[in-house]
Amino acid sequence: MLSIKNLHASVGGEEILKGINLEIKAGEVHAIMGPNGSGKSTLSQVLAGSETFEVTEGEITLNGENLLELATEERAREGVFLAFQYPVEIPGVSNMQFLRTAVNAMRLHRGEPEMNAAEFMKHAKEVSKQVDLDPAFLKRGVNEGFSGGEKKRNEILQALLLQPKLAILDETDSGLDIDALHVVSDGVNALRAEDRAILMVTHYQRLLNHIVPDYVHVLAGGRIVKSGGRELAHELEERGYGWLGVKDEEATASSAS
Amino acid sequence: MATTDKEVSELVKREYEHGFVTDIESDTFEPGLNEEIIARLSGIKNEPEWMLEWRLKAYRRWLEMDEPDWAHVGYPKIDYNSISYYSAPKRPEDMPQSLDEVDPELLRTYEKLGIPLHEREKLAGVAVDAVFDSVSVATTFKEPLAKAGVIFCSMSEAIQDYPELVKKYLGTVVPAGDNFFAGLNSAVFSDGTFVYIPKGVRCPMELSTYFRINAANTGQFERTLIIAEDSSYVSYLEGCTAPMRDENQLHAAVVELVALDDAQIKYSTVQNWYPGDENGKGGIFNFVTKRGAAIGKNSKISWTQVETGSAVTWKYPSCVLRGDNSVGEFYSVALTNNYQQADTGTKMIHLGKNTSSTIISKGISAGHSSNAYRGLVKFGPGSEGARNYTQCDSLLIGNRSAAHTFPYIESKNKSAIVEHEATTSKVSDEQMFLCRQRGIDPEQAVSMIVNGFCKEVFKELPMEFAVEAGKLLEVSLEGSVG
Repeated sequence: MLSIKNLHASVGGEEILKGINLEIKAGEVHAIMGPNGSGKSTLSQVLAGSETFEVTEGEITLNGENLLELATEERAREGVFLAFQYPVEIPGVSNMQFLRTAVNAMRLHRGEPEMNAAEFMKHAKEVSKQVDLDPAFLKRGVNEGFSGGEKKRNEILQALLLQPKLAILDETDSGLDIDALHVVSDGVNALRAEDRAILMVTHYQRLLNHIVPDYVHVLAGGRIVKSGGRELAHELEERGYGWLGVKDEEATASSAS
Repeated sequence: MATTDKEVSELVKREYEHGFVTDIESDTFEPGLNEEIIARLSGIKNEPEWMLEWRLKAYRRWLEMDEPDWAHVGYPKIDYNSISYYSAPKRPEDMPQSLDEVDPELLRTYEKLGIPLHEREKLAGVAVDAVFDSVSVATTFKEPLAKAGVIFCSMSEAIQDYPELVKKYLGTVVPAGDNFFAGLNSAVFSDGTFVYIPKGVRCPMELSTYFRINAANTGQFERTLIIAEDSSYVSYLEGCTAPMRDENQLHAAVVELVALDDAQIKYSTVQNWYPGDENGKGGIFNFVTKRGAAIGKNSKISWTQVETGSAVTWKYPSCVLRGDNSVGEFYSVALTNNYQQADTGTKMIHLGKNTSSTIISKGISAGHSSNAYRGLVKFGPGSEGARNYTQCDSLLIGNRSAAHTFPYIESKNKSAIVEHEATTSKVSDEQMFLCRQRGIDPEQAVSMIVNGFCKEVFKELPMEFAVEAGKLLEVSLEGSVG
C-alpha cells in the first residue's frame, strides 16, 4: 500500500531524513521507534505533505500513486491521515463545523453527497462515544481549551470519522495517563482493518503493549537502522538503543516508565 | 512561510463580484462645487428655503476647514471640484408609485446584488429602501410600517413631508462643523434614509437600505437620521456596493441616531464598496461619520459593522451616552486585503451616570493591507459609576500586512472603570496544515478560521445577515490563505 524509497528530506538546508526505505501492506501495523531527533516526526509530516520540509530525493507512493506530486489536502483526500503530536487550536470554529467540513471534503472527492448538519451530528455523536468523549465537546472550538488527553482522543475521533487508507499516528501516547491510553488504544485498534495500513510513531514501547504492531523499525540519524517483528520492541525496552550503536540516554532511562 | 505567502497571493486574486455598471440614462451635474451647485441641488429636490440655508451655512463653514490627516491612511489629494455632486437615474416626470413602475434595468441591478425586492418583501419581512447613486429609488413595506406609526422614507421625502422632525434633529448629533467630511456632506447630501419610531412602538420588522454608487466620477453623500422616541425599538441594516472603476470615488456619509428614554437602536452595516484592484488601483474612499446620541435614560445604541470593501476607510461609529444608565455597543469586523487601508473604530463618550459601553473589534489584514483600530473612551465629570469594556483583536494573514491599535482613554471621573484587552495573532501554518491535512481546501480553511475569529461579532448581526456576512468574508478572502 505505502512504499517509501530512498527518501531524503531537509529543513532549512539541514538534511533530516537520509534515505528511508519502507514498505507497508494493507492490513499491517508498523511501529517506528527511535530516540529524540532521529527524524520520526519529520517522516510523519513529510508523508502528510507538510511544506515545512523539502523532499530532495526519493519517492513515496500510496497504492501506486505518487504522493509527492499531491498537495497536502489532495493526499488527505486520497486517504492519508496524520494524528498530530501537538494538535493546534482553532478558536471560534466549532469542532462540529470543522469535522463536518473535513468529512464533506472527502465525500465530495469520492463523489458522494455531502452530509447535512443533522445527519453528521448523529453520526459524530456515536463515534465520539467510541473514544469516550462527551458529545457536548463537539460544540467547543477545535482543540480550544482541551486537555492533552482530549486533544489526542479528538485526533482518533477524526481518524474514525474520516476512515483513511493510511493512518499515521505521531506520538499519540505522549501526555496520556493510563486510562486515556486505554481509550486511545481501543480507538486505534478499532481502526485496524484489512484494507488499512497504520504507521505508529512512538518514543516509548508502552503504547505497543496496547496496540500490537506487526513490524517494528528503529529510526536513528535519519535512517532505519533495524527492522524486526513485535519482539524488537521488547528488546528495545530491555536493552535501550545503545546496542544498536544509537545514542539516546533519555529513551533508555524512560523506557521503563 | 513561503508557501503561505504564495497561497495568500493566489487567494487574494479573486475579482469583485459587484463590479458591474448599470447602463441607464441619468441626470448628472457637471463636476464642481460652489454655492450655485448647492442651490441647483436644493432646487432640483424642491427643498424649502431653510434647507438651502442650512446647506449653504455648512458649505461656508466647510470652506474654512482642513481635511484631517491624523488617520493611519495615505491617499492622493482629492480635488473636490472634479467630483459631480448629483446623479440621478433619469425617469418619467413622476416618481414611481410602486415597484412595478421602477425601471426594470434598475431592478435587475438589485437582483444582481442579491436583493430581489419582491423576494425580500415576501420572504424575509425586510423593508428595503434602495439608494442608487444619489436618490432613493423605491421603498417597500411602507404601508404596514405606516400602520405602526413608523416613518421609513428617503431623506428627500422627509424634508418635504416631516420638516418639523427633520429641523428638530438634523445636525444635532453630527453638526456641520464636526469634521471636514461631515461638513461636506451637510452641504451636498443628496439623499439618504429617514426613520422615525414613535413612543412605545417596537418596529415590526428589520429596516434595511442598500446603497450603490453607479455613475462615474460622482460622489455619494447620503444622510441618514433615525429617531427612536421613548420606549421604542428599531433594528436597521445597511448594505453597500459599487462598480469597478479605475478612478477613486468618494463616499462621505453622515448617520445620526437619536435614542430617547428607554429607546433602543440597533444599527448594522455590511459594507462592501469596491476595494480597488489587486494593485491598489481604484476603489472607494469611504469617509463616514456615524454617531448615536443616547439622550434618554436607559437608552441603548448598538453599532455592528462588517467592513470588507473600500480602498480607504475612515470611520468611527460612536455613542454619546448622555442619559443615565444608557448603553453603547460597538461590534466590528474590518477586513482589508491587497492594498486596502482602514482606520476604523469607535468613540464612547460617557456623560451620564452609570453609563456603560462595550467595544469588540476584530481586524483582519491580508495582502499588503493596513488595518488600524482607533478608539476613544471618554468619561465626563458627571459619569459616576460608568464603565467600559474593550476587546481589540487583530488577525494577520501572510507576512506583508499590518495591524495597528490606537486606543485612547480620557477620564474626568475617578469612579469610572475601564477594561481593555488586545491581542494580535496570525493564521498559523500549523492551523492551515491541520485543516489541509483533513482534506479542506486552503481557501475554505482560511475562511473558516477567519469566521471563527469573528464569531463574537457575527452573532450580533440579524440572522439572515450573519450568513451573508460570513459569505462576504469568504469572498473577500479568496486569494489570501494564511
